[in-house]
Amino acid sequence: MREPQGFTPVAGHALLVEIASEMSEAASATVVQLDQAITDARLTGVLELTPALVNLLVIFDPLQTDHATLETDIRALLPLPEKDYATTRTHAVPICFDDGLTPDLTAVADACGLSEEAVINAHLSGTYRVGMYGFAPGYAYLAGVPEAIQVPRKPAPVRDIPAGSVMIAGPQCLVTTVKMPTGWSIIGRSPTQVMTGDPDRPFLFDVGDTVTFHRITRDAYEKALT
Amino acid sequence: MSIARLRVTHAGPLVTLQDKGRFGHLRYGVAASGPMDRVGFAAGFAALGAAKTGTAIEVSLGGVALECAEGAVTLSIAGGGFSASLGAQTLKGWGVVSLRAGDRLTIRGGTWGSWCYIAPAGEIDADHWLGQSATHSMTGFGGGALRAGQVLTITDAKLLPAREGPTPCPEFAKPTDRIRAVIGPQDRFFEAGALQAFASKTFTVSDAYDRMGMRLKGPPLTLSGALSIPSEPILRGAVQVSGDGVPTVLLADHGTTGGYPKIATVLAEDQDRLAQLRAGDSFRFQTVTPQQAVAIARQEAAARDSWLDALRQPRATLSEKLMRENLVGGVVSGDES
Repeated sequence: MREPQGFTPVAGHALLVEIASEMSEAASATVVQLDQAITDARLTGVLELTPALVNLLVIFDPLQTDHATLETDIRALLPLPEKDYATTRTHAVPICFDDGLTPDLTAVADACGLSEEAVINAHLSGTYRVGMYGFAPGYAYLAGVPEAIQVPRKPAPVRDIPAGSVMIAGPQCLVTTVKMPTGWSIIGRSPTQVMTGDPDRPFLFDVGDTVTFHRITRDAYEKALT
Repeated sequence: MSIARLRVTHAGPLVTLQDKGRFGHLRYGVAASGPMDRVGFAAGFAALGAAKTGTAIEVSLGGVALECAEGAVTLSIAGGGFSASLGAQTLKGWGVVSLRAGDRLTIRGGTWGSWCYIAPAGEIDADHWLGQSATHSMTGFGGGALRAGQVLTITDAKLLPAREGPTPCPEFAKPTDRIRAVIGPQDRFFEAGALQAFASKTFTVSDAYDRMGMRLKGPPLTLSGALSIPSEPILRGAVQVSGDGVPTVLLADHGTTGGYPKIATVLAEDQDRLAQLRAGDSFRFQTVTPQQAVAIARQEAAARDSWLDALRQPRATLSEKLMRENLVGGVVSGDES
Protein backbone atom coordinates (compact mmCIF):
# COMPACT_ATOMS: atom_id res chain seq x y z
CA MET A 1 0.00 0.00 0.00
CA ARG A 2 2.97 2.36 0.16
CA GLU A 3 3.27 2.52 -3.63
CA PRO A 4 0.79 3.63 -6.30
CA GLN A 5 -0.88 0.74 -8.16
CA GLY A 6 -1.29 2.65 -11.37
CA PHE A 7 -0.94 5.90 -13.27
CA THR A 8 -3.86 6.61 -15.58
CA PRO A 9 -3.70 9.50 -18.08
CA VAL A 10 -6.73 11.84 -18.01
CA ALA A 11 -7.24 13.96 -21.14
CA GLY A 12 -4.09 15.90 -22.11
CA HIS A 13 -3.52 17.61 -18.81
CA ALA A 14 -3.98 15.30 -15.81
CA LEU A 15 -2.72 12.05 -14.31
CA LEU A 16 -4.76 9.90 -11.91
CA VAL A 17 -2.48 8.23 -9.42
CA GLU A 18 -4.27 5.15 -8.10
CA ILE A 19 -3.38 3.83 -4.67
CA ALA A 20 -6.03 1.15 -4.10
CA SER A 21 -9.42 0.05 -5.44
CA GLU A 22 -11.08 -0.28 -2.02
CA MET A 23 -11.33 2.33 0.74
CA SER A 24 -9.15 1.76 3.80
CA GLU A 25 -7.21 3.74 6.40
CA ALA A 26 -3.99 2.65 4.75
CA ALA A 27 -5.13 3.83 1.31
CA SER A 28 -6.14 7.24 2.71
CA ALA A 29 -2.84 7.55 4.56
CA THR A 30 -0.87 6.85 1.38
CA VAL A 31 -2.94 9.37 -0.62
CA VAL A 32 -2.18 12.03 1.99
CA GLN A 33 1.52 11.21 2.05
CA LEU A 34 1.78 11.23 -1.73
CA ASP A 35 -0.18 14.51 -1.92
CA GLN A 36 2.29 16.10 0.50
CA ALA A 37 5.32 14.61 -1.23
CA ILE A 38 4.24 15.86 -4.68
CA THR A 39 3.36 19.29 -3.28
CA ASP A 40 6.69 19.60 -1.44
CA ALA A 41 8.69 18.44 -4.47
CA ARG A 42 7.26 21.27 -6.65
CA LEU A 43 7.40 19.02 -9.71
CA THR A 44 7.68 20.79 -13.06
CA GLY A 45 4.32 21.63 -14.59
CA VAL A 46 2.11 20.52 -11.68
CA LEU A 47 -0.78 22.97 -11.29
CA GLU A 48 -3.13 21.43 -8.74
CA LEU A 49 -3.81 18.19 -6.85
CA THR A 50 -7.13 16.69 -5.76
CA PRO A 51 -6.69 14.01 -3.12
CA ALA A 52 -9.60 11.57 -2.72
CA LEU A 53 -10.26 8.29 -0.90
CA VAL A 54 -8.23 5.85 -2.97
CA ASN A 55 -6.46 8.05 -5.52
CA LEU A 56 -5.05 11.46 -6.29
CA LEU A 57 -5.60 13.59 -9.41
CA VAL A 58 -2.59 15.60 -10.54
CA ILE A 59 -3.44 18.38 -12.99
CA PHE A 60 -0.55 19.64 -15.08
CA ASP A 61 0.29 22.20 -17.71
CA PRO A 62 0.84 20.28 -20.98
CA LEU A 63 3.13 23.07 -22.18
CA GLN A 64 5.57 22.15 -19.38
CA THR A 65 5.31 18.38 -18.91
CA ASP A 66 3.39 15.30 -20.08
CA HIS A 67 1.92 12.12 -18.56
CA ALA A 68 5.05 10.00 -18.90
CA THR A 69 7.45 12.65 -17.57
CA LEU A 70 5.21 13.34 -14.61
CA GLU A 71 4.87 9.63 -13.85
CA THR A 72 8.67 9.35 -13.82
CA ASP A 73 8.93 12.42 -11.57
CA ILE A 74 6.39 10.95 -9.12
CA ARG A 75 8.03 7.52 -9.11
CA ALA A 76 11.28 9.24 -8.14
CA LEU A 77 9.58 10.31 -4.88
CA LEU A 78 9.01 6.65 -3.91
CA PRO A 79 9.17 4.87 -1.58
CA LEU A 80 7.23 7.20 0.68
CA PRO A 81 8.58 7.64 4.21
CA GLU A 82 7.31 5.15 6.79
CA LYS A 83 5.65 7.57 9.21
CA ASP A 84 2.02 8.50 8.66
CA TYR A 85 0.45 11.93 8.61
CA ALA A 86 3.70 13.74 9.32
CA THR A 87 2.26 17.22 8.97
CA THR A 88 -1.45 16.83 9.60
CA ARG A 89 -3.31 18.57 12.43
CA THR A 90 -6.05 17.73 14.92
CA HIS A 91 -9.19 19.85 15.27
CA ALA A 92 -11.65 19.83 18.18
CA VAL A 93 -15.08 20.72 16.80
CA PRO A 94 -17.94 21.67 19.15
CA ILE A 95 -21.50 20.34 18.62
CA CYS A 96 -24.75 21.36 20.24
CA PHE A 97 -27.39 18.61 20.54
CA ASP A 98 -30.21 20.83 21.84
CA ASP A 99 -33.80 20.37 20.67
CA GLY A 100 -34.46 21.91 17.30
CA LEU A 101 -30.88 21.32 16.12
CA THR A 102 -31.15 17.51 15.92
CA PRO A 103 -33.93 16.74 13.41
CA ASP A 104 -32.88 13.12 12.80
CA LEU A 105 -31.47 12.12 16.19
CA THR A 106 -34.61 10.23 17.22
CA ALA A 107 -34.76 8.33 13.93
CA VAL A 108 -31.07 7.36 14.18
CA ALA A 109 -31.58 6.20 17.77
CA ASP A 110 -34.61 4.12 16.73
CA ALA A 111 -32.77 2.61 13.75
CA CYS A 112 -29.81 1.62 15.93
CA GLY A 113 -31.86 0.43 18.92
CA LEU A 114 -30.15 2.99 21.15
CA SER A 115 -31.21 5.93 23.29
CA GLU A 116 -30.57 9.43 21.93
CA GLU A 117 -27.91 9.96 24.61
CA ALA A 118 -26.19 6.73 23.54
CA VAL A 119 -26.11 7.94 19.91
CA ILE A 120 -24.62 11.26 21.04
CA ASN A 121 -22.01 9.53 23.18
CA ALA A 122 -21.10 7.13 20.39
CA HIS A 123 -20.66 10.03 17.97
CA LEU A 124 -18.52 11.96 20.46
CA SER A 125 -16.36 8.89 21.11
CA GLY A 126 -15.25 8.66 17.48
CA THR A 127 -11.95 9.87 16.05
CA TYR A 128 -12.49 11.10 12.53
CA ARG A 129 -10.16 11.56 9.58
CA VAL A 130 -10.69 13.99 6.69
CA GLY A 131 -10.80 11.62 3.69
CA MET A 132 -11.60 14.13 0.97
CA TYR A 133 -13.75 17.13 0.07
CA GLY A 134 -16.61 16.97 -2.41
CA PHE A 135 -20.24 17.75 -3.31
CA ALA A 136 -20.10 21.41 -2.26
CA PRO A 137 -17.38 23.88 -1.19
CA GLY A 138 -15.96 22.95 2.20
CA TYR A 139 -17.83 19.64 2.42
CA ALA A 140 -15.15 17.56 4.16
CA TYR A 141 -15.94 13.85 4.34
CA LEU A 142 -14.91 12.67 7.80
CA ALA A 143 -14.43 8.89 8.08
CA GLY A 144 -14.84 7.27 11.47
CA VAL A 145 -18.50 7.09 12.53
CA PRO A 146 -18.66 4.22 15.09
CA GLU A 147 -20.37 1.12 13.70
CA ALA A 148 -23.11 1.19 16.37
CA ILE A 149 -24.59 4.38 14.85
CA GLN A 150 -23.95 3.82 11.15
CA VAL A 151 -27.19 4.41 9.22
CA PRO A 152 -27.81 4.44 5.45
CA ARG A 153 -28.77 7.54 3.49
CA LYS A 154 -32.45 8.52 3.46
CA PRO A 155 -34.34 7.35 0.37
CA ALA A 156 -34.85 10.96 -0.79
CA PRO A 157 -32.91 14.14 0.00
CA VAL A 158 -34.39 16.82 2.26
CA ARG A 159 -34.08 20.42 1.08
CA ASP A 160 -32.55 23.50 2.68
CA ILE A 161 -30.46 21.93 5.42
CA PRO A 162 -28.80 24.87 7.24
CA ALA A 163 -25.05 25.46 7.31
CA GLY A 164 -23.35 24.04 10.40
CA SER A 165 -25.43 20.86 10.42
CA VAL A 166 -23.53 17.82 11.68
CA MET A 167 -24.75 14.82 9.73
CA ILE A 168 -23.90 11.17 9.25
CA ALA A 169 -24.35 8.45 6.60
CA GLY A 170 -22.65 5.06 6.85
CA PRO A 171 -19.11 5.52 8.17
CA GLN A 172 -18.98 9.21 7.12
CA CYS A 173 -19.70 12.41 9.03
CA LEU A 174 -19.88 15.95 7.63
CA VAL A 175 -20.21 19.50 8.98
CA THR A 176 -22.09 21.48 6.31
CA THR A 177 -20.94 24.88 5.08
CA VAL A 178 -23.83 26.15 2.96
CA LYS A 179 -27.57 25.55 2.77
CA MET A 180 -28.00 22.39 0.67
CA PRO A 181 -30.29 19.42 0.17
CA THR A 182 -29.09 16.16 1.75
CA GLY A 183 -30.12 12.58 2.35
CA TRP A 184 -27.84 12.28 5.38
CA SER A 185 -29.13 12.21 9.00
CA ILE A 186 -28.69 15.47 10.92
CA ILE A 187 -27.82 14.79 14.54
CA GLY A 188 -26.51 18.16 15.76
CA ARG A 189 -25.31 21.64 14.90
CA SER A 190 -21.83 23.16 15.11
CA PRO A 191 -20.86 26.83 15.22
CA THR A 192 -17.54 25.92 13.57
CA GLN A 193 -17.04 27.47 10.13
CA VAL A 194 -15.24 24.98 7.90
CA MET A 195 -15.15 27.82 5.34
CA THR A 196 -13.32 30.20 7.62
CA GLY A 197 -13.51 33.46 5.67
CA ASP A 198 -9.78 33.83 6.37
CA PRO A 199 -8.04 34.44 3.03
CA ASP A 200 -4.81 32.87 4.30
CA ARG A 201 -6.53 29.62 5.34
CA PRO A 202 -9.97 29.62 3.71
CA PHE A 203 -10.76 25.99 4.65
CA LEU A 204 -10.30 24.73 8.20
CA PHE A 205 -9.31 21.12 7.48
CA ASP A 206 -6.78 19.60 5.15
CA VAL A 207 -7.25 16.12 3.76
CA GLY A 208 -5.62 13.75 6.28
CA ASP A 209 -6.36 15.92 9.34
CA THR A 210 -7.92 14.37 12.47
CA VAL A 211 -11.21 15.70 13.88
CA THR A 212 -12.79 15.08 17.28
CA PHE A 213 -16.13 16.43 18.49
CA HIS A 214 -17.14 17.74 21.92
CA ARG A 215 -20.53 18.73 23.25
CA ILE A 216 -21.46 22.34 24.02
CA THR A 217 -24.56 23.97 25.55
CA ARG A 218 -27.06 26.03 23.62
CA ASP A 219 -25.65 29.17 25.28
CA ALA A 220 -22.13 28.33 24.20
CA TYR A 221 -23.42 27.57 20.68
CA GLU A 222 -25.25 30.91 20.41
CA LYS A 223 -22.24 32.76 21.83
CA ALA A 224 -19.86 31.09 19.38
CA LEU A 225 -22.05 32.17 16.47
CA THR A 226 -21.83 35.87 17.31
CA MET B 1 -10.96 57.68 -12.59
CA SER B 2 -13.99 57.51 -14.89
CA ILE B 3 -17.02 55.60 -13.79
CA ALA B 4 -19.77 54.16 -15.95
CA ARG B 5 -22.97 52.67 -14.60
CA LEU B 6 -24.97 50.07 -16.52
CA ARG B 7 -28.51 49.29 -15.43
CA VAL B 8 -29.62 45.72 -16.08
CA THR B 9 -33.11 45.99 -17.60
CA HIS B 10 -33.37 42.28 -18.46
CA ALA B 11 -31.30 39.23 -17.53
CA GLY B 12 -32.25 35.68 -18.48
CA PRO B 13 -31.40 32.73 -16.28
CA LEU B 14 -27.69 31.83 -16.01
CA VAL B 15 -26.46 35.32 -16.90
CA THR B 16 -23.54 35.76 -14.48
CA LEU B 17 -20.33 37.62 -13.84
CA GLN B 18 -17.23 35.55 -14.60
CA ASP B 19 -13.53 36.16 -14.51
CA LYS B 20 -10.98 33.55 -15.67
CA GLY B 21 -11.87 31.32 -12.70
CA ARG B 22 -10.55 30.41 -9.24
CA PHE B 23 -7.87 27.75 -9.38
CA GLY B 24 -6.18 25.83 -6.58
CA HIS B 25 -9.24 24.93 -4.49
CA LEU B 26 -10.36 21.64 -6.05
CA ARG B 27 -8.99 19.88 -2.97
CA TYR B 28 -11.52 21.82 -0.87
CA GLY B 29 -14.50 20.99 -3.05
CA VAL B 30 -14.40 24.15 -5.15
CA ALA B 31 -14.46 23.89 -8.96
CA ALA B 32 -12.71 26.69 -10.84
CA SER B 33 -15.93 28.07 -12.42
CA GLY B 34 -15.08 30.86 -14.89
CA PRO B 35 -16.22 31.13 -18.51
CA MET B 36 -17.98 28.20 -20.19
CA ASP B 37 -16.25 29.27 -23.42
CA ARG B 38 -12.76 30.42 -22.44
CA VAL B 39 -11.82 31.29 -26.02
CA GLY B 40 -14.76 33.66 -26.51
CA PHE B 41 -14.05 35.21 -23.10
CA ALA B 42 -10.36 35.76 -23.90
CA ALA B 43 -11.19 37.13 -27.36
CA GLY B 44 -13.54 39.67 -25.77
CA PHE B 45 -10.73 41.26 -23.76
CA ALA B 46 -8.13 40.87 -26.54
CA ALA B 47 -10.35 42.81 -28.95
CA LEU B 48 -10.07 45.74 -26.52
CA GLY B 49 -6.28 45.50 -26.68
CA ALA B 50 -6.20 44.37 -23.04
CA ALA B 51 -3.16 42.35 -21.96
CA LYS B 52 -5.14 40.62 -19.23
CA THR B 53 -8.69 39.42 -18.74
CA GLY B 54 -10.92 40.80 -15.99
CA THR B 55 -14.56 40.32 -15.09
CA ALA B 56 -17.01 39.89 -17.98
CA ILE B 57 -20.74 39.30 -18.19
CA GLU B 58 -21.46 35.76 -19.37
CA VAL B 59 -24.71 35.89 -21.34
CA SER B 60 -26.80 32.72 -21.71
CA LEU B 61 -29.46 32.09 -24.37
CA GLY B 62 -31.79 33.93 -21.97
CA GLY B 63 -30.16 37.16 -23.16
CA VAL B 64 -29.44 40.42 -21.42
CA ALA B 65 -30.37 44.09 -21.82
CA LEU B 66 -28.29 46.92 -20.40
CA GLU B 67 -28.88 50.65 -20.28
CA CYS B 68 -26.02 53.07 -19.72
CA ALA B 69 -27.23 55.11 -16.75
CA GLU B 70 -24.10 57.22 -16.28
CA GLY B 71 -20.77 57.79 -17.96
CA ALA B 72 -19.57 56.02 -21.09
CA VAL B 73 -17.69 52.83 -21.76
CA THR B 74 -16.54 50.64 -24.64
CA LEU B 75 -17.71 47.02 -24.51
CA SER B 76 -16.46 44.02 -26.44
CA ILE B 77 -18.87 41.23 -27.41
CA ALA B 78 -17.49 37.80 -28.26
CA GLY B 79 -18.41 34.12 -27.95
CA GLY B 80 -21.18 32.27 -29.78
CA GLY B 81 -23.16 33.63 -32.71
CA PHE B 82 -25.37 35.99 -30.71
CA SER B 83 -27.13 39.06 -32.01
CA ALA B 84 -26.67 42.47 -30.40
CA SER B 85 -28.55 45.69 -30.89
CA LEU B 86 -27.42 49.12 -29.77
CA GLY B 87 -30.27 51.54 -30.37
CA ALA B 88 -31.19 51.15 -34.04
CA GLN B 89 -27.85 49.53 -34.85
CA THR B 90 -27.61 45.74 -35.14
CA LEU B 91 -24.44 43.77 -34.69
CA LYS B 92 -24.34 40.17 -35.87
CA GLY B 93 -21.61 38.16 -34.22
CA TRP B 94 -18.61 39.53 -32.40
CA GLY B 95 -17.63 43.19 -32.15
CA VAL B 96 -16.74 46.24 -30.11
CA VAL B 97 -19.25 49.01 -29.37
CA SER B 98 -19.37 52.07 -27.13
CA LEU B 99 -22.21 52.98 -24.80
CA ARG B 100 -22.97 56.51 -23.63
CA ALA B 101 -25.52 57.67 -21.10
CA GLY B 102 -29.00 56.69 -22.34
CA ASP B 103 -27.79 54.03 -24.80
CA ARG B 104 -29.35 50.56 -24.60
CA LEU B 105 -27.57 47.35 -25.53
CA THR B 106 -29.57 44.15 -25.99
CA ILE B 107 -28.02 40.74 -26.59
CA ARG B 108 -30.06 37.73 -27.70
CA GLY B 109 -29.28 34.24 -28.84
CA GLY B 110 -28.52 34.25 -32.57
CA THR B 111 -27.71 31.59 -35.12
CA TRP B 112 -25.44 29.43 -32.94
CA GLY B 113 -23.85 29.15 -29.53
CA SER B 114 -24.95 29.02 -25.91
CA TRP B 115 -22.68 31.59 -24.28
CA CYS B 116 -21.60 35.12 -25.17
CA TYR B 117 -19.31 37.50 -23.26
CA ILE B 118 -19.49 41.25 -22.70
CA ALA B 119 -16.02 42.43 -21.71
CA PRO B 120 -15.72 46.07 -20.63
CA ALA B 121 -12.87 48.54 -21.19
CA GLY B 122 -12.65 48.99 -17.43
CA GLU B 123 -13.30 46.85 -14.38
CA ILE B 124 -16.75 45.69 -13.29
CA ASP B 125 -17.16 46.25 -9.55
CA ALA B 126 -18.00 42.69 -8.44
CA ASP B 127 -18.05 40.63 -5.25
CA HIS B 128 -15.07 38.31 -4.99
CA TRP B 129 -14.82 34.90 -3.32
CA LEU B 130 -11.46 33.24 -2.71
CA GLY B 131 -9.88 36.07 -4.66
CA GLN B 132 -11.95 35.79 -7.85
CA SER B 133 -15.21 37.20 -9.19
CA ALA B 134 -16.17 34.04 -11.13
CA THR B 135 -19.67 33.00 -10.09
CA HIS B 136 -19.94 29.53 -8.54
CA SER B 137 -23.47 28.63 -9.56
CA MET B 138 -24.24 26.07 -6.83
CA THR B 139 -23.67 28.63 -4.05
CA GLY B 140 -23.94 31.94 -5.92
CA PHE B 141 -20.59 33.00 -4.41
CA GLY B 142 -18.45 35.39 -6.44
CA GLY B 143 -19.83 38.11 -8.70
CA GLY B 144 -23.22 36.40 -8.87
CA ALA B 145 -26.11 36.24 -11.32
CA LEU B 146 -27.43 39.44 -12.91
CA ARG B 147 -30.95 40.56 -11.96
CA ALA B 148 -33.20 43.09 -13.64
CA GLY B 149 -32.90 46.42 -11.84
CA GLN B 150 -29.34 45.85 -10.72
CA VAL B 151 -26.78 48.55 -11.56
CA LEU B 152 -23.25 47.47 -12.51
CA THR B 153 -20.51 49.97 -11.77
CA ILE B 154 -17.51 49.98 -14.10
CA THR B 155 -14.46 51.70 -12.68
CA ASP B 156 -11.65 53.05 -14.84
CA ALA B 157 -14.17 53.06 -17.69
CA LYS B 158 -12.64 53.98 -21.03
CA LEU B 159 -13.93 54.89 -24.46
CA LEU B 160 -11.82 53.24 -27.15
CA PRO B 161 -13.29 54.48 -30.46
CA ALA B 162 -10.32 53.10 -32.42
CA ARG B 163 -11.33 49.61 -31.26
CA GLU B 164 -14.96 49.80 -32.43
CA GLY B 165 -16.17 47.53 -35.21
CA PRO B 166 -16.63 43.84 -35.91
CA THR B 167 -14.27 41.23 -34.45
CA PRO B 168 -13.68 38.15 -36.62
CA CYS B 169 -14.62 34.79 -35.09
CA PRO B 170 -11.81 32.27 -35.68
CA GLU B 171 -12.54 28.80 -37.01
CA PHE B 172 -11.38 27.24 -33.74
CA ALA B 173 -14.09 29.06 -31.77
CA LYS B 174 -16.96 27.92 -34.02
CA PRO B 175 -19.14 24.94 -33.18
CA THR B 176 -18.07 21.52 -34.34
CA ASP B 177 -19.59 18.06 -34.64
CA ARG B 178 -16.30 16.39 -33.60
CA ILE B 179 -15.31 16.52 -29.93
CA ARG B 180 -11.94 14.99 -29.08
CA ALA B 181 -11.61 12.93 -25.91
CA VAL B 182 -9.21 10.53 -24.21
CA ILE B 183 -10.75 7.26 -23.03
CA GLY B 184 -10.74 6.74 -19.24
CA PRO B 185 -9.90 6.97 -16.42
CA GLN B 186 -12.59 4.41 -15.43
CA ASP B 187 -13.16 2.71 -18.79
CA ARG B 188 -12.57 -0.68 -17.09
CA PHE B 189 -16.11 -0.46 -15.67
CA PHE B 190 -17.73 -0.45 -19.14
CA GLU B 191 -18.66 -3.25 -21.50
CA ALA B 192 -16.66 -3.38 -24.74
CA GLY B 193 -19.77 -2.39 -26.69
CA ALA B 194 -20.10 0.79 -24.63
CA LEU B 195 -16.57 1.91 -25.48
CA GLN B 196 -17.22 1.20 -29.15
CA ALA B 197 -20.51 3.09 -29.07
CA PHE B 198 -18.88 6.04 -27.32
CA ALA B 199 -16.24 6.35 -30.02
CA SER B 200 -18.48 5.81 -33.04
CA LYS B 201 -22.11 6.81 -32.42
CA THR B 202 -23.78 10.21 -32.53
CA PHE B 203 -24.70 11.99 -29.29
CA THR B 204 -27.16 14.83 -28.92
CA VAL B 205 -27.16 17.63 -26.34
CA SER B 206 -30.24 17.31 -24.10
CA ASP B 207 -32.20 20.06 -22.33
CA ALA B 208 -30.40 19.15 -19.10
CA TYR B 209 -27.55 21.56 -19.73
CA ASP B 210 -26.25 24.18 -17.31
CA ARG B 211 -22.92 25.42 -15.97
CA MET B 212 -22.39 22.21 -14.00
CA GLY B 213 -22.73 19.84 -16.91
CA MET B 214 -24.36 18.70 -20.14
CA ARG B 215 -26.39 15.51 -20.21
CA LEU B 216 -26.30 13.73 -23.56
CA LYS B 217 -28.77 11.58 -25.48
CA GLY B 218 -27.39 8.65 -27.41
CA PRO B 219 -26.77 4.92 -27.18
CA PRO B 220 -26.71 3.65 -23.58
CA LEU B 221 -23.14 3.21 -22.31
CA THR B 222 -23.67 0.04 -20.32
CA LEU B 223 -21.65 -0.45 -17.17
CA SER B 224 -20.29 -3.90 -16.43
CA GLY B 225 -21.39 -3.97 -12.79
CA ALA B 226 -19.22 -2.24 -10.17
CA LEU B 227 -21.35 0.81 -9.51
CA SER B 228 -20.09 1.39 -6.00
CA ILE B 229 -16.62 2.70 -6.75
CA PRO B 230 -15.23 5.02 -4.05
CA SER B 231 -15.72 8.72 -4.86
CA GLU B 232 -12.89 9.87 -7.11
CA PRO B 233 -11.60 13.27 -8.21
CA ILE B 234 -13.39 14.84 -11.18
CA LEU B 235 -11.72 16.91 -13.89
CA ARG B 236 -13.65 19.46 -15.98
CA GLY B 237 -14.54 17.65 -19.21
CA ALA B 238 -15.10 14.26 -17.55
CA VAL B 239 -17.79 12.17 -19.27
CA GLN B 240 -19.50 10.62 -16.27
CA VAL B 241 -21.98 7.80 -16.81
CA SER B 242 -24.83 7.13 -14.38
CA GLY B 243 -26.18 3.67 -13.62
CA ASP B 244 -28.74 3.88 -16.45
CA GLY B 245 -25.94 4.34 -19.00
CA VAL B 246 -26.61 8.06 -19.62
CA PRO B 247 -23.47 10.22 -20.07
CA THR B 248 -23.04 13.73 -18.67
CA VAL B 249 -20.07 15.94 -19.56
CA LEU B 250 -19.05 17.89 -16.46
CA LEU B 251 -18.24 21.53 -17.11
CA ALA B 252 -17.17 24.78 -15.38
CA ASP B 253 -19.08 24.34 -12.09
CA HIS B 254 -18.63 20.55 -11.80
CA GLY B 255 -18.59 18.64 -8.52
CA THR B 256 -14.98 18.00 -7.53
CA THR B 257 -15.40 14.34 -6.55
CA GLY B 258 -17.99 11.71 -7.40
CA GLY B 259 -18.69 8.01 -7.49
CA TYR B 260 -19.92 7.50 -11.07
CA PRO B 261 -17.38 6.03 -13.49
CA LYS B 262 -15.92 8.30 -16.16
CA ILE B 263 -15.73 6.66 -19.57
CA ALA B 264 -13.64 9.44 -21.11
CA THR B 265 -12.46 13.02 -20.67
CA VAL B 266 -12.95 15.77 -23.27
CA LEU B 267 -9.75 17.60 -24.20
CA ALA B 268 -9.50 21.05 -22.61
CA GLU B 269 -9.17 22.47 -26.15
CA ASP B 270 -12.59 21.13 -27.18
CA GLN B 271 -14.56 21.92 -24.01
CA ASP B 272 -15.23 25.47 -25.16
CA ARG B 273 -16.65 24.40 -28.51
CA LEU B 274 -18.68 21.68 -26.81
CA ALA B 275 -20.10 24.25 -24.40
CA GLN B 276 -21.25 26.35 -27.37
CA LEU B 277 -23.54 23.57 -28.64
CA ARG B 278 -27.24 23.86 -27.88
CA ALA B 279 -29.90 21.37 -26.87
CA GLY B 280 -30.68 19.33 -29.98
CA ASP B 281 -27.22 19.74 -31.54
CA SER B 282 -25.49 16.46 -32.39
CA PHE B 283 -21.84 15.50 -32.46
CA ARG B 284 -19.49 12.53 -32.27
CA PHE B 285 -16.60 11.88 -29.94
CA GLN B 286 -13.26 11.36 -31.62
CA THR B 287 -10.92 9.41 -29.37
CA VAL B 288 -7.26 10.39 -29.25
CA THR B 289 -4.38 8.94 -27.24
CA PRO B 290 -3.01 10.82 -24.22
CA GLN B 291 0.17 11.56 -26.21
CA GLN B 292 -1.89 13.04 -29.06
CA ALA B 293 -3.85 15.07 -26.52
CA VAL B 294 -0.65 16.67 -25.20
CA ALA B 295 0.54 17.39 -28.76
CA ILE B 296 -2.84 18.96 -29.58
CA ALA B 297 -2.68 21.09 -26.41
CA ARG B 298 0.75 22.43 -27.36
CA GLN B 299 -0.06 23.17 -31.00
CA GLU B 300 -3.43 24.70 -30.36
CA ALA B 301 -2.25 26.82 -27.42
CA ALA B 302 0.42 28.32 -29.66
CA ALA B 303 -2.07 28.98 -32.46
CA ARG B 304 -4.67 30.43 -30.09
CA ASP B 305 -2.15 32.65 -28.31
CA SER B 306 -0.78 34.07 -31.54
CA TRP B 307 -4.33 34.72 -32.73
CA LEU B 308 -5.16 36.53 -29.48
CA ASP B 309 -1.92 38.52 -29.73
CA ALA B 310 -2.88 39.60 -33.23
CA LEU B 311 -6.32 40.62 -31.98
CA ARG B 312 -4.70 42.86 -29.34
CA GLN B 313 -2.77 44.84 -31.98
CA PRO B 314 -4.05 48.21 -33.16
CA ARG B 315 -6.84 47.65 -35.64
CA ALA B 316 -5.01 49.08 -38.67
CA THR B 317 -2.88 45.98 -38.98
CA LEU B 318 -5.52 43.60 -37.75
CA SER B 319 -6.90 41.97 -40.89
CA GLU B 320 -3.49 40.96 -42.08
CA LYS B 321 -2.50 39.38 -38.79
CA LEU B 322 -5.75 37.55 -38.36
CA MET B 323 -4.86 35.49 -41.39
CA ARG B 324 -2.83 33.49 -38.88
CA GLU B 325 -6.12 32.00 -37.84
CA ASN B 326 -5.66 29.68 -40.81
CA LEU B 327 -2.62 28.12 -39.15
CA VAL B 328 -4.99 26.40 -36.79
CA GLY B 329 -6.18 24.09 -39.57
CA GLY B 330 -3.08 21.91 -39.42
CA VAL B 331 -3.41 20.34 -35.99
CA VAL B 332 -2.81 16.72 -35.12
CA SER B 333 -5.64 14.57 -36.34
CA GLY B 334 -7.00 12.05 -33.91
CA ASP B 335 -7.07 8.31 -34.09
CA GLU B 336 -10.43 7.38 -35.54
CA SER B 337 -10.12 3.64 -35.16
